Amino acid sequence: MTTPKSTTQRLRARAKTVAVEATLAEVFSDHTSDGASIAFAAAHLNAGGKPVLWVQDRLSRKETGRPYLAGLPNAMQLIHVDVSNARDLLWAMEEGLRCPELGGVIGEVWGDPAMLDFTATKRLALRSEAHNVPAWLIRHAGHPNLSAARLRWRVGSLPAMNNPYDAHAPGQPLWRAELFRARWRTPGEWVVHHDRDGLHFDHGIDRQTAPLQREAL
Amino acid sequence: MTLKDTLPVLAFPHPAKPRKHADPDQLAKAIAALRGALESETRRATADTPAQEEATPESFSPVGTPPTAPYKVNAAPLTRVEDTRTDALTRRITAIHLPHFAMERWLRWSTQHSQRPPEDLPLVLATEGTHGPIVYASNRAAEVEGVHIGARIVDMRALCPNLRIEYADVGGDQAALARLMLWMRRWCPWTATDGAAGLVLDTTGCDHLFGGEAAMLRDMEERLAGLGLSANLATAPTHGAAWALSHMGGVREICTAANLIPRMNALPVRSLRLDGGTIQLLHRLGLKTVGDLIAVPRISLARRFSRAALAQNPLIRLDQILGQLAEPISASEEPPRFSVQANLPEAVQDPTAHLPALCEALCAQMAKSGFGTRRICVTVFRTDGEVREISVATAQASRDADHLLKLFDDKLEKIDPGFGFDLITLAATVIEKLNLHQSRLDGEGETGAALAQMIDRLSARLGAKTITRPRSHPSHIPERAEIWATALHAPAPIKSPAIKRPIKLFDHPEEVRVLYAVPEGPPAQFVWRKITHRVVRFEGPERIAPEWWRDMPGTRLRDYYNVESQTARRFWLYREGVLGDARGNTPRWFVHGVFA
Repeated sequence: MTTPKSTTQRLRARAKTVAVEATLAEVFSDHTSDGASIAFAAAHLNAGGKPVLWVQDRLSRKETGRPYLAGLPNAMQLIHVDVSNARDLLWAMEEGLRCPELGGVIGEVWGDPAMLDFTATKRLALRSEAHNVPAWLIRHAGHPNLSAARLRWRVGSLPAMNNPYDAHAPGQPLWRAELFRARWRTPGEWVVHHDRDGLHFDHGIDRQTAPLQREAL
Repeated sequence: MTLKDTLPVLAFPHPAKPRKHADPDQLAKAIAALRGALESETRRATADTPAQEEATPESFSPVGTPPTAPYKVNAAPLTRVEDTRTDALTRRITAIHLPHFAMERWLRWSTQHSQRPPEDLPLVLATEGTHGPIVYASNRAAEVEGVHIGARIVDMRALCPNLRIEYADVGGDQAALARLMLWMRRWCPWTATDGAAGLVLDTTGCDHLFGGEAAMLRDMEERLAGLGLSANLATAPTHGAAWALSHMGGVREICTAANLIPRMNALPVRSLRLDGGTIQLLHRLGLKTVGDLIAVPRISLARRFSRAALAQNPLIRLDQILGQLAEPISASEEPPRFSVQANLPEAVQDPTAHLPALCEALCAQMAKSGFGTRRICVTVFRTDGEVREISVATAQASRDADHLLKLFDDKLEKIDPGFGFDLITLAATVIEKLNLHQSRLDGEGETGAALAQMIDRLSARLGAKTITRPRSHPSHIPERAEIWATALHAPAPIKSPAIKRPIKLFDHPEEVRVLYAVPEGPPAQFVWRKITHRVVRFEGPERIAPEWWRDMPGTRLRDYYNVESQTARRFWLYREGVLGDARGNTPRWFVHGVFA
């Protein structure tokens, strides 16, 4: 006969187990018009032919632009939702996370709306884990306040790799990604780039020389 | 019917003389005359056989399949003229005449605003005539004083000095009549307005739902009286006969196909819906009743009125009233094929409780026929004679009752119930064939169904326009190469170019102030949103020319640069035009997008 565990015990037990496949992650960036945070989240979504739900609130769309499919990782199918406030954004994301046929849900929210509290993020995280749909919350101009997101990143741009064909031109983009809160991993800081093979996390990469060596190989 | 002429003679004055330009009116009349003549011959040939007036009624249900072509107007071959006639006589048309519609509507309005005048005060509604205002509607007290419709106001004021005059709202009356026409769909799905103060309903097969035709007419009259409208109603096999009986017949008169001709014989020629001049002419000819007109040889009538307009031709009106010429009721839209309704014992204000059962019933109907719906519509029939409706759309044909019900979640509170409604209709207004399919043996969720349902839920709450999907468009201008189409439609495959493009594009390019070394060269520094960015590395220019077949003349080309600033952010800048292209002054610079 087993003794019934409390909710806390059950949650703690689950936290010790291996990481779930899909969960809620938050991305912050230092500059609002930095494309790195979006690209970082989009690169994580290995949708495999499934469409991605992309929810933007009005200010995010005005300030940071609308996603442009030609610049996104290859063959990503998009369903774009244009909402006016954080309440509709959270509702649309929850609806999307209930649908297992989606390859992921990206939500772009501007600032720190009161709706986006611990409960709201926890709902998103639990729903994402239950239906195995990854959720990414891009917090433009937001502060890393209380949140139930399992992974919290701060992403910024680094000077791009050298372009092998043009010395004056920026090449493959590089990003600095800092994982400052994680549930199943050790926080850390990486230099990240994304290419055909996927995402590459490197420690302390020499930005000027290493890419050239890669190209030479 | 007595028909003296036997020869099928064309009604053309000179059929042998070929005309250079055939007049369509003349042609139509000739066809009508030819058909009438042929018909009389056919009828003579089949005179021995008993008339097939009691043909089997059509299998028509107000909520079932509507007849796609209720009357075979011109498509019927001439050999089947007899069939067409009997087919036409099996319909049941109800005409409603509202003799005091404008005045009663005004009285209702004045009651609502506590301005109703006393009953014995003579009152008219006036409208502008050719020579000053004329009487448009009058109340009973004014009629007693001798005021009549169409007379000039100044004359009537001389006749009746204490006449009160209000201005009529003719457009408002027409709109109110159109709304009332929609409300009449609680009895049958096929209704139309008929003139300025009349309605016409195709009640074929609907009467048994209300306990027979007499009971249905009484019900209609009672409900219209509840709205403060007096109405004359009649049911007959043809539109013309129903109109005639509603204007000149008895109270709630019902005319069957068998006694159509005897009943019509007694009516005056005014009941043929002709204008004053034609009626006067017929009176001068000594033709006072419809029976007189039937007795006249057709060929003579055709010759006499060969120049009359089609609507004023007594022969054509006669054929319409007797069902020999089809006159279908043209409703504004086709009735839905699948529809269910809930009749409530008393008026309520919230349809939520009744919707689950309605959804179940509708989905069961559609499942039986193998259809799914793309758009469903809830209609409530209010007790004050108004109709309100709310519709939701789906991305994929569906007959999942739970899903359809969920789409109405936040919408039902937007319906305006007024003082309550006692009839709710749920109709599938757009339907598609939907066959059962199973994609997996283990019975897991169907591919695409969950996605479509999610799009439905988002569109139902946020609006269909906010849920979009990108679609390729054959254009080389970056913002035109991808257009955002509603996600309710099927997705289109998109092909991305091999050129490097930004991850985000601004809806409107934002102008920046730029410092450059040479005017045609790359920028050295730019100020965007009050922040100065120094260009460290750049790539470009990539020149994109305007689309001359689409753009305005004078549109300038764009030179795009992919630049990286000192803070390692990458932008997509362009210069609009070059110096000396004779299309404006110094070129301006814009930020169009952001790179990863």
